[in-house]
Amino acid sequence: MTGAIALIFFYAPLDEDGLNQKIFYFHVPIAFTAYGCFAWGGWKALRHLWKREEGADLESYVAIHLGVIFGVLTLVTGSIWARFRWGHWWVWSEDQLVLFLILFLFYCAYFMLRFSVAPGPQRANLSAVYALFGVVLIPVSILAIRLSERFIHPVAFDKGGPNMAASQFLTFCVCCAAMFSLAATLYSLELAGKRLDLRLRELREALE
Amino acid sequence: MSTEEKYVAAVYLVVFVVLLAYVLIIALKLQRLERELAELVELAQRRAVAVG
Repeated sequence: MTGAIALIFFYAPLDEDGLNQKIFYFHVPIAFTAYGCFAWGGWKALRHLWKREEGADLESYVAIHLGVIFGVLTLVTGSIWARFRWGHWWVWSEDQLVLFLILFLFYCAYFMLRFSVAPGPQRANLSAVYALFGVVLIPVSILAIRLSERFIHPVAFDKGGPNMAASQFLTFCVCCAAMFSLAATLYSLELAGKRLDLRLRELREALE
Repeated sequence: MSTEEKYVAAVYLVVFVVLLAYVLIIALKLQRLERELAELVELAQRRAVAVG
């Protein structure tokens, strides 16, 4: 992460967007990480329903929890960027923004559903089905910028490849790798904590 | 500091603060689990003494 920040400020050149463009190197990898977490949560939900894989429900929950945190960061960093660039914190006419918000709120509601059902197989199954429905929204949200008729939101990638200089693209790739690594570390940490919590609860029940 | 610099700083600060808060919450939870584990070890030892 330190290397990524160093590349952003000391290696990547400025473009017509000025210093504000430095936000792009954090905002887009954070958004990709959020999509990745939601997709991983969906995959684990599928494994739970399909293979009845032990612990897949918990892994799905942790991934979605992390996805929501990265989702908050995507919305906040995007809004700050938009405030400077467009003069507005939010533009309701922009499809990609609205679709990401829908995806984010959909996964926020996941927690309401999960915690409204008593722990057990029913909660795991309902949560898994809900998580899988959300996965459909991910490609729609990513492709929204292509479907949109108004191209207010900048297009970083098109059919011809990345719309940036090689040094900017390298910095962007390092930032993506750093963000994915950070997410993977946080995922492992939270998952270890949750598993330990479950084991301790079982142990307490056995001892008491 | 120009307005542009303030916006860039705000983004990096928000990301840092949110991730720091997340790590702190996880750390507090791990501390609680450690305390619970110590309690359970004590309980198990008391049981072992009572049985033995």
